[in-house]
Amino acid sequence: MREATAPLDADRLAVQRKALHGLIDQANQVILGKDHQLRLALTCLMARGHLLIEDLPGVGKTTLAHLLAQLLGLGFQRVQFTSDLLPADIVGAAVYERETGRFTFHPGPIFSQLILADEVNRATPKTQSALLEAMEERQVTVEGETRDLPQPFFVIATQNPGTQIGTFPLPESQLDRFLMRLEMGYPDRRAEHELLRGRDRRELLRGIEPALTPDGLALLQSAVPNVNASDALIDYIQALLDFTRRNEAFRQGLSPRAGLALLRGAQAWALLHGRSAVLPEDVQAVFVNVAAHRLEPAGEHAGAAMENRLAAMLEEVAIP
Amino acid sequence: MSSAQSSTQWLSLPVITALMTTVIAVVLPHTLHLPLWVTAAYFILCAWRYLLARQGRLPPPRWLRITLTVAATIGVLLTFGSITGRNAGVALLALMTALKLLELRDKRDTLITLYLCYFLAATQFLFDQSLPFLLYLLGVVWLTTAVLISVSRQTAVGRPWRYAGTAAKLLLQAVPVMVVLFILVPRVSGPLWGLPDDAHGGVTGLSDSMSPGSISQLSQSDAVAFRVEFDGEPPAADQRYWRGPVLDAYDGRTWSRGEAQDFGDPPEGILRGSPTDYTVYLQPHNQVWLLALDLPGAPPKDARLTAAAEVKANSRIYETTRYRLRSYTEHTLEPRLGESQRRRLTSLPEGVHPRTRALAGRWREQAADDRGVVQRALRHFREEPFVYTLQPPRLGADTMDEFLFETRRGFCEHYAGAFTVLMRAAGIPARVVTGYQGGERHPDAGYMIVRQSSAHAWAEVWLPDGGWQRFDPTAAVSPARVESGLGGAVSQDEPVPAMARLGESWVKDLRLQWDRVNALWDRWVLGYGPELQQEVLSHLGLASWQRTAMAMATVLGVVLAVIAFILLGGRERRPRDPAARSYQLLGRKLARAGYPPRASEGPRDYLARITRERPEWRAELQHIVDLYVALRYGSASHPHWQRELRQRVAAFRPR
Repeated sequence: MREATAPLDADRLAVQRKALHGLIDQANQVILGKDHQLRLALTCLMARGHLLIEDLPGVGKTTLAHLLAQLLGLGFQRVQFTSDLLPADIVGAAVYERETGRFTFHPGPIFSQLILADEVNRATPKTQSALLEAMEERQVTVEGETRDLPQPFFVIATQNPGTQIGTFPLPESQLDRFLMRLEMGYPDRRAEHELLRGRDRRELLRGIEPALTPDGLALLQSAVPNVNASDALIDYIQALLDFTRRNEAFRQGLSPRAGLALLRGAQAWALLHGRSAVLPEDVQAVFVNVAAHRLEPAGEHAGAAMENRLAAMLEEVAIP
Repeated sequence: MSSAQSSTQWLSLPVITALMTTVIAVVLPHTLHLPLWVTAAYFILCAWRYLLARQGRLPPPRWLRITLTVAATIGVLLTFGSITGRNAGVALLALMTALKLLELRDKRDTLITLYLCYFLAATQFLFDQSLPFLLYLLGVVWLTTAVLISVSRQTAVGRPWRYAGTAAKLLLQAVPVMVVLFILVPRVSGPLWGLPDDAHGGVTGLSDSMSPGSISQLSQSDAVAFRVEFDGEPPAADQRYWRGPVLDAYDGRTWSRGEAQDFGDPPEGILRGSPTDYTVYLQPHNQVWLLALDLPGAPPKDARLTAAAEVKANSRIYETTRYRLRSYTEHTLEPRLGESQRRRLTSLPEGVHPRTRALAGRWREQAADDRGVVQRALRHFREEPFVYTLQPPRLGADTMDEFLFETRRGFCEHYAGAFTVLMRAAGIPARVVTGYQGGERHPDAGYMIVRQSSAHAWAEVWLPDGGWQRFDPTAAVSPARVESGLGGAVSQDEPVPAMARLGESWVKDLRLQWDRVNALWDRWVLGYGPELQQEVLSHLGLASWQRTAMAMATVLGVVLAVIAFILLGGRERRPRDPAARSYQLLGRKLARAGYPPRASEGPRDYLARITRERPEWRAELQHIVDLYVALRYGSASHPHWQRELRQRVAAFRPR
């Protein structure tokens, strides 16, 4: 990781940023009324994090994943998780070939740049952990041989909160691997009206041209850690972390890893919005999505939605 | 992120429950004196708010709250005729505290309610400063503090009882400061500021008039009137006459104090025998009388001796008061009596008590001298079937004749009054003395307790050969009253207070032990006035007030320095970063213009919020915020940005 972006890079970065805005505009044509979610998903991608989408079926999770792959020109694979899915079905397996008399590795769907892991909580913990390990390490080891995953590597996993029977909800330690959790939510009235009147989304998707090259994305990703985070801003992030640790509403506070995720997310958000320094507003923009799935409500507070609680909490923590 | 959302989370049921407990605990002692409707309203409001919270419903609408507040104020006004003063003020305070619950929405309201609780707890001491109340209120303060801590945590989702330990620690930390201030803050005689006129109501004690029934009523109280510590042996039981107001004016029914006593010089007295020295700890009785063993010598400080040898304080006794006296049980009081005095002290109203006068006239004729008349009268009380009772029958038109010749049942005020009337009718100067007779010694601590049940009245008769002499007709009727107190003197079915009758029982023992604790409390805490302070301070080597002031200033200075260090040492009030200081100044300027910054609001959000409403400031504020953001959050910095920011903020004048 470079310490500072060279001037030449700065110019190229500006170009990519511009392309990024074109990308957002295009995406908004397809997914209506979800600008904020779209931006968060891009932020997540730029921060080299993975995304967990938790929502009901039919609100556009798959469309979002597809759209991102299309716009970024990434290789896309969709894996429908089921209870009989095996780890080998994801990472691939060595198969004996009679002609050569040798075992040849047949890569699984994980060897793509963007993976949609649909209904990840339907698979057994063993299969889940194969995916999550790959997400963390960005490489897989099969038959003693370690293989790197492609760059960039971005997992969008979806969970259906409605179904409880026959599922294996991801444990907190695994949830931590996702940088953010999103809820798509229902479209608002106007957006839904347009959606119902307009053309089929899949048709629209087919006509979309990549707006950003993989190189451009890589440049953006490497620029994220260089977005300036001043001491005052770090103080603010620490105040937020500290608050969750002292608050009795949470079983335990945010971990240092969560703090890092918050900083990366805020940096990516600032970059996405054309700023070279992180402001408290950037932290606030990503905070709920970064923190909500890493916290557990304590005892009597279990009922209320974590998102609401965190949003209220943001109003209580003073910016240093 | 609406505020409604955060406030509903805020007032969780545990917080409401804790708050209700506090609010109810703090008002309980007040229910002893609050009007019934105020107490009822208070509890109804609390219950209402609690039910609303349980059902997750919103507080009542604004118009209803305003109506209730106005109604409560009018109610207090109608009940007390005022909304100030001790009783009305406390009633109003209690009602407002309960009404405040109805508009409980956020942290601020909760904090205000808790501060009201502290205040309400403190007002209890306007009514009663005794030890049980203090202990109870300490508990209440503890509870309030625990709730306050839990509420002050950044979100009030905690359970207050978790903070009981912290609260106890806080209160204990306050104790040394409290003790030092208690000992060192200069005491003044009398309150520093004017207490409301009704601040001292509801205290029992002697009054300066006496009519049938007034003392027997007082005698039914177990309350301590005063405690006495004798330097040597206490006098014998039949010498324990505690002199209070002397009544020499009579209107045919009621004895009262003649005004002449207040203006004359102290009487001439010949004091003999060995003196008795003692210290009295007088409970507040809202009168000016200092009770003294018959007959006191020189008056204590801030008091004087009246013409009737009463000890009269210069101001009313509103607090436990300590004084030292020297008395002589052997004495001759006022050996010479002037002619006008004699006339006044033998006068009776025209046309009352014809039968009594006739009786006295017969005695006068039969007796050789005044002393003979006195002896004849005492024999009359001793030999005729008089009954000493707390429940005399009601007397009709001519009280004296009815009592002496028909009912013959009475309490000390009847006998003292009748005896004095008889003497006056026989032409002998006589007057009634009220006070206390008796007192029980604390078996362990040695001091003497005199209760209201020992209230007594007796007569003084002036004889040419010995001045004023004490005669107690009650002793003639019931010698046991003087020898063993009220409990032994009246029959078993009379409403005598428990302490006057209990024999040697563990209940009495327990109550005496409790009295000992109270005595210490009265003596060292409530009785800690200017004189005792002087004594204590001279023990500490701080005799003069200058040195006291110095010591106090030093202690206060150290305490404040420690507090300041704790508060300011941990985190700086003024940000160290000059950019942050400029931004803070900007916030203050905008706050004055009606746009205060929120602590959790980023600079760009703040800018957006203000310029939505005041677009004319956009250009200037944009500059300032850009500079601030660059300096505080950016990577590169130029010294002149700092200067520019400071200048722009200084020049910015929002109107």
